[in-house]
Amino acid sequence: MDSPLALVERNLLAPGGLSTSDLERVFARVMAPSIDAADLYFQHSRSESWVLEDGIVRDGSHSIEQGVGVRAVSGEKTGFAYSDDIVLPQLLEAAGAARAIAQSGNGAGKPLAVRDARALYPADDPIDGLDNAAKIALLRELDALARSLDPRIQQVIVSVNATHDSVLVAAADGTLAADVRPLTRVNVQVIAESNGRRESGFAGGGGRCAYRELIDSGRAHAWAREAVRQALVNLEAVDAPAGTMDVVLGPGWPGVLLHEAIGHGLEGDFNRKGTSAFAGRMGDKVAAEGVTVVDDGTLPGRRGSLSIDDEGTPTHCTTLIEDGRLVGYMQDKHNARLMGMAPTGNGRRESFAHLPMPRMTNTYMLAGQHDPQEIIASVERGLYAVNFGGGQVDITNGKFVFSANEAYLIEHGKVTRPVKGATLIGSGPDVLTRVAMLGDDLKLDEGVGVCGKEGQSVPVGVGMPTTKITAMTVGGTAP
Amino acid sequence: MKTAVVAADGSVAELDRLAELAEDVIRRAGKAGASQAEVSASVGTGLSVNVRLGEVETVERNRDRGFGLTVYFGQRKGSASTADLKPSSIEATLAQACAIARYTEEDPCAGLADASRMATAFPDLDLWHPWEPEVERAIEIGRAVEAAGRAHAAITNSEGASVQCGSGMGVYANSLGFVGRERGTHHSISCSLIAGKGDAMQRDGWYEYVRDAKVFPAFDSIGRKAAERTAARLDARRLGTRECPVLFAPEVARSLISHLISAISGGSLYRRASFLLDHAGKPVLPAFVNLFEKPFLPGGHASGAFDAEGVATRESALVEGGVLQHYVLGSYSARKLGLETTGNAGGVHNLVVEAGAREGDAPTTFEAMLQRLGTGLVVTELIGQGVSIVTGDYSRGAAGFWVENGVIAYPVQEITIAGNLRDLFMRVQAIGSDVDTRASILTGSILIDRMTVAGE
Repeated sequence: MDSPLALVERNLLAPGGLSTSDLERVFARVMAPSIDAADLYFQHSRSESWVLEDGIVRDGSHSIEQGVGVRAVSGEKTGFAYSDDIVLPQLLEAAGAARAIAQSGNGAGKPLAVRDARALYPADDPIDGLDNAAKIALLRELDALARSLDPRIQQVIVSVNATHDSVLVAAADGTLAADVRPLTRVNVQVIAESNGRRESGFAGGGGRCAYRELIDSGRAHAWAREAVRQALVNLEAVDAPAGTMDVVLGPGWPGVLLHEAIGHGLEGDFNRKGTSAFAGRMGDKVAAEGVTVVDDGTLPGRRGSLSIDDEGTPTHCTTLIEDGRLVGYMQDKHNARLMGMAPTGNGRRESFAHLPMPRMTNTYMLAGQHDPQEIIASVERGLYAVNFGGGQVDITNGKFVFSANEAYLIEHGKVTRPVKGATLIGSGPDVLTRVAMLGDDLKLDEGVGVCGKEGQSVPVGVGMPTTKITAMTVGGTAP
Repeated sequence: MKTAVVAADGSVAELDRLAELAEDVIRRAGKAGASQAEVSASVGTGLSVNVRLGEVETVERNRDRGFGLTVYFGQRKGSASTADLKPSSIEATLAQACAIARYTEEDPCAGLADASRMATAFPDLDLWHPWEPEVERAIEIGRAVEAAGRAHAAITNSEGASVQCGSGMGVYANSLGFVGRERGTHHSISCSLIAGKGDAMQRDGWYEYVRDAKVFPAFDSIGRKAAERTAARLDARRLGTRECPVLFAPEVARSLISHLISAISGGSLYRRASFLLDHAGKPVLPAFVNLFEKPFLPGGHASGAFDAEGVATRESALVEGGVLQHYVLGSYSARKLGLETTGNAGGVHNLVVEAGAREGDAPTTFEAMLQRLGTGLVVTELIGQGVSIVTGDYSRGAAGFWVENGVIAYPVQEITIAGNLRDLFMRVQAIGSDVDTRASILTGSILIDRMTVAGE
C-alpha cells in the first residue's frame, strides 16, 4: 500500500500541477529575516451523513472541502491566509498575504525532509468502505431494534456519518508530513412518552475506523439499546437536588469533567499569556494524591487520536497531573517556542481555513484501587452521575460546569431514585483536590466528543474511572 | 418600500455570477432526471486582526465559498455540497446528490415549498455597508480599544482586542424558477480583559456587532466598557443555596427567548421533542408580553425578504397578550404537522420583544429593572448547556451580582440557576426597554420572580 505521503501528494498536489519542490518556492516567498516560522497545510476532506427519522431514511448528504492554509510567524505575531485553489499562483498570493506581518527581505526554509510517523488508524476511506445499501440497512436495523424494545418509544432518529481527511504539512523548519484520517460515527436518539410525559435518550460513538468495526463489534446495536434505556430511566426521574453534596461520577464519558476543569486550563497558549487559573503553578499540588491525568493522542483508532498533529508533530502521551502535582502543559509549536518548551503534538486546527492552537486529544485519569460498589457505599447522601451532555469552562477564574443527563440519588450508601439532569459547577484548580476515592474501572468514552475553542471544533476523547468527589455543587431544584 | 440601489462595487456582478451558476446547475439536475432541485451558493470575504498588549497577534484574511445542492427524484432526496466553485467540483457535487437520492426513501413530506409562497418583492433592507480598512488601520483601532481598557487601574492582563470586518453574498434558487439574491455586511470590535492576579483573576469583556461600521461607538468606549465589566467581577463570592428572584441582563436574556423559539420550531414539534407541544393559541407567557417577528427591519441582523426555501417572509405577532399565535415552520415541518409554512425555514428573521410589566409601567432602564428586582440575583453570564427543549428542564452555571433593595451589593460566581422553562416563562414579571441590539433577538432585561440558586 502507498504511504500516506504518496497518497496525499497524488490527491492534493498533483491535480494542481504541484510537487513538493514547488513548496520550497513558496517558503522563499514567505520567509524573511524576521520570520521565525512558516507552514503550509494542505487538506482535502470528504464527509457524508445519512439520517433516518420517523421510520424513513429521509436525508443523505455529501460534502467536499479542500484548500491550503499559509501561516507566517514573527515573534508573537501570526499572519494567515488561505485559498481553496491548490495551484502555485494562489499559493504564492496567500504566502504574500500571510507574511504581511513582517518586514520585507528574503529568506528560505530548511530543505523539506519527510517525517514518518507510526500510523494509528488505516488510511482507507470509510465512506467508500461500506456500500450505501448497507448503511441504509444499518439505519433501519437500529430503528427497528429501538422501537422493539419498549412500546413507550415514540420517536427514533438514527444517523451515521463519516469523514475522510487527507492532510499534508510542510513547514520552513523542514517538516514534511502527511496523514490520512478516517472518522466514523453512529448516533441514536429516542423520545419516550408515557402518560403525557416525554423524555429523550441519546447514545452513540465511533472512532478513527471503518463503519464495519462499529457494526461487527455489536457497538452500534448496543447504542440503540442504551438510548432506549436512558430515555426510560429519565421517565421515572424526580427533581434533582440543589446544593453541595458528595458526587460519584461513573466511568467513561464523565471524564468530560477533566476536559473542562483542568484540560483547557493546561493548554499552552493560556499559560503563555498568563490568562489561565493554572498559570505559573507548574509543580504545585492541584489534585489529591493518587490522581494522575494524561492527554494521550497515541491510542489506536480513538476519536481524539492523531498519528501526527496538524503541525506535523507526532502525537504524544503527555502527563498533565502526576500523583496530584501539575507537571505538564499541552503545546503547539508556536507556544512551545515562545515558552521555551518542546511541542507535545497538541497543535490542532479545524481545517485549512483555521489557525492551529494547543488542543486536547484523549484526556483521561488513570485508575485507582477501589471497587466502584465500595465507592457508592461510602456516600451517605449524594449524587451518582453516570452520563453527561457537555460542559464549559472560564479558564481565567477556573469555574466550570458540566451537565448530567443521567443521574441518581445516593441514600445511605445505595443508589436509589433517578433524578433529572442537573448542572454541576466547580472550580478547576480546586475540584481535583477533593477527589476522595478512585475506582479500578478506568473506561474511555464511546467516541462522541467535540471540543469547541475560539470558534473551532475538533474531535476529542475523554475517560475516567468511577470517582468520588466531596462537596460539589449540584444545580437541581429540589431542597 | 424603495427598490434596490445598485452599488458601484463588484457585489452585484458577483451575485449575478452565483445566480447564473445556480440556474445552470438546476437545469443540469433536471436533465439528470431530478423532478425538483434547489441550490444555495455563497461567497464571503473578511479581515480579522487581533492585538494583544499593544502588539499585533494575528492578521487573518478570509475568503469562503460554499455551494450546496439538493435534488428530489419524486419524494426521494439527496444533498451534496462543496466549498469551492470550480466546474469539476460542481459537477461532482451534482453527481453525488443524485447518487444519494437513489438510496434515500420516499418521504411524503419531501420537496420544495409551494410555488405560490415564493417571495416576489425584494426591498433594499439596508444590509450592505462594506468596510475594508487597511490592515494598519484595523491594528490601530484594536490598539486604541485595548489601550483604553488597560488604562483602568484594575486591569492586570489582556486577552486582546479584535477587529473583524466581513461581507457576504448569497443566492438561493430552485426549479420553481425562484432566484433570490442577498448580500450583507457584518463588522465587530471586541475586547477581552483580565483583572486581579492569581486565584483572584477574573476575565470579562465587551463587543460591538454592526452592519455599518459608521455606527460603531467611539472605539475607546468599547475598551472602557470591557474594563468596567471585568473590574466589577473582582472579589466575587458564592451564594448559599436559595430561591430568589432573578434578573437576566439583556446580553443573556435573549438566550431565554431563543429557548422559546426552539420549543415552538417545527423540528422540535414534529419529533415531539418540545415542552410546548400543542400550545398554539394557548398562553406561554404572561398577558403583558408581545413578541413580533420583523423581517424588514432596516439594517436588522437577520433581515431578509425570503427564507432558506425562497418563501416570502412576513411580519407577524408570534406571541400576543402572552398567547402563542403560531409555530415557527419551514415547509417540511409544516407538512409533517399538517400546517402551512410560516416562512421560517432557517430560523426567525428578527424577533422584537416588547418591553412591559405585570404591574405598572414598563421599566425603561437597567437601573429601573434593578429597582423592580429589589433583592435578588442579576445574571450577566451563563455557562454550560443544561437546557432540555424536550422537558423544559433548565439548569445552568451563572455569574453576576447580588442585589439588595435595588442596589448592586457584590459580584457572585460558581452558582447554578435552575427551574423549568414552561414555568419560568409564565413567571416573567417585567421586560425592560434596555434592548441589546447586537443580535437578531431584540430584548431588554427579563425579570423572573423565582428560581432555584444552588451554591455553597
